[in-house]
Amino acid sequence: MSQTRSLIDKQGKRTDGRTAEQLREVKIDVGIIKNADGSAFIEFGKNKIIVAVYGPREVHPKHMAQPDRCVLRCRYHMSPFSTDTRKNPAPSRREVEISKVMREALEPALMLEDYPRAAIDVYVEVLQADGGSRCAGISAASVALADAGINMRDLVAACAAGKVDDKIVLDINDTEDKEGGADMPIAYMPHLDEVTLLQLDGILTKDQLNECVDTAIEGCKKVYEIQKQALMQKYFGNEIELKEEQP
Amino acid sequence: MSSSKRSTIIVEHLRRQQMRDVISKGKRLDGRVLDEMRTLEAELDIIKKANGSAKVKLGDSEVIAGIKVETGEPFEGLENKGALIISAEVLPTASPYIEPGPPDEETIELARVVDRGIRESEMLDLDRLVLVPGKIVYTIFVDCSVINTDGNLLDATSYAVVSALLSCKLPIFEIEDGKVVDTGKTQDPPLTTIPVSITQVRIGDTIILDPTAEEEACMNARITITTNSDGDYAAIQKGFTGGFSREQIKKAAEMARIKGEQVRAKLQELTNKTG
Repeated sequence: MSQTRSLIDKQGKRTDGRTAEQLREVKIDVGIIKNADGSAFIEFGKNKIIVAVYGPREVHPKHMAQPDRCVLRCRYHMSPFSTDTRKNPAPSRREVEISKVMREALEPALMLEDYPRAAIDVYVEVLQADGGSRCAGISAASVALADAGINMRDLVAACAAGKVDDKIVLDINDTEDKEGGADMPIAYMPHLDEVTLLQLDGILTKDQLNECVDTAIEGCKKVYEIQKQALMQKYFGNEIELKEEQP
Repeated sequence: MSSSKRSTIIVEHLRRQQMRDVISKGKRLDGRVLDEMRTLEAELDIIKKANGSAKVKLGDSEVIAGIKVETGEPFEGLENKGALIISAEVLPTASPYIEPGPPDEETIELARVVDRGIRESEMLDLDRLVLVPGKIVYTIFVDCSVINTDGNLLDATSYAVVSALLSCKLPIFEIEDGKVVDTGKTQDPPLTTIPVSITQVRIGDTIILDPTAEEEACMNARITITTNSDGDYAAIQKGFTGGFSREQIKKAAEMARIKGEQVRAKLQELTNKTG
């Protein structure tokens, strides 16, 4: 991809006014869908994504059930109105791939062996897309899984880093993704220090690659804090406030 | 919907244990060392009706890639670039576990990851494949068929695409009275670099290169890294349900550079191309 205009100005500010290491504003609400066993809504910049988790529950079709573990199923889907030009609601090849990498990013965090013969379904619906929707989706999905009370080893936090104007920056937005040089989404379990999703498109030198991995992981750690906050808010909301009031 | 139920070959418990034991001692069941690729062979121009073709064997994994060149409208948003379309299919001939039908998510991933490596490295200079800017461009189809599987289809397919592109001849089209005319002459394709995909998998705490089907059935995680001729990175895809530590990723990236250079030399030798 060749870049035509400068995406970082002389003050080091990006197209949306952020600095190189700055994350877009991230907001997570937990438990927003009443019927779901776990759910979350994430606003990651202009991304708006809802995630619902159903399960552990009986597997349909039954032959999919595994005798020793739970089956994790994941669907990443974009609403037709989520993009600039209407997206055909039928699942695209891109969505099929993202559903797969998303499931593989979440699975290491889950103790699936605790729920034999069952299934956990994760539905990720992108209502508004703004670049980095898979990372936002994973971050929200792992919060929704925790909200569903699934046994987990860690939360999975996700964030992209990339190259813009030959500089490594955190959390690529839509414009930077389309016009910039490289995009590297990463999902990471901070507590276990394990990368569970890693993709790259675009050219990076050896040093840039290492810097990009480190930058993205730092971003994941920031997202991790927001995820924990969101869960704390739902389950210990009042207690936190009480603690803060006491000297 | 993506599901975690697996449909790979079944490896017996004892065999699995044996594989882990051998790998932890730095060896593999087929006698290779951990960072050793299987033999790579390429047969070129096997399909005369195609503008370029290659049959690549990586160990027992076998892939045929064929190139067909047509003209057509450019993609939306890429009006001044030729169109490159890479597809991949695992034929039902390839293993008893493959059934005819629409591609499953693994096959879709295969095609998309191979495409990403070739596209992002800008191997083909698509700017030079335009006939009438914004209206008529070269459309290059690279279709791959996996005819036998024994693991690491990602690399085998990528090598097949690269070999076919390195050895293909593009027809020369001209515009006469607003119509596209095939002059009957051919030209070398505008190539800028040779991307090489290197796949490594983690079994336990050990990372091995170029896994067989049996090794893939025992893997914890997979990573595919594509480098270009300058030794820069062009594409990465982590796959499967396990993770990698930061150090493992950096090591794997370095390994992909070193091995990529060797494979690149081999591909050049097989296709008699330099540069």
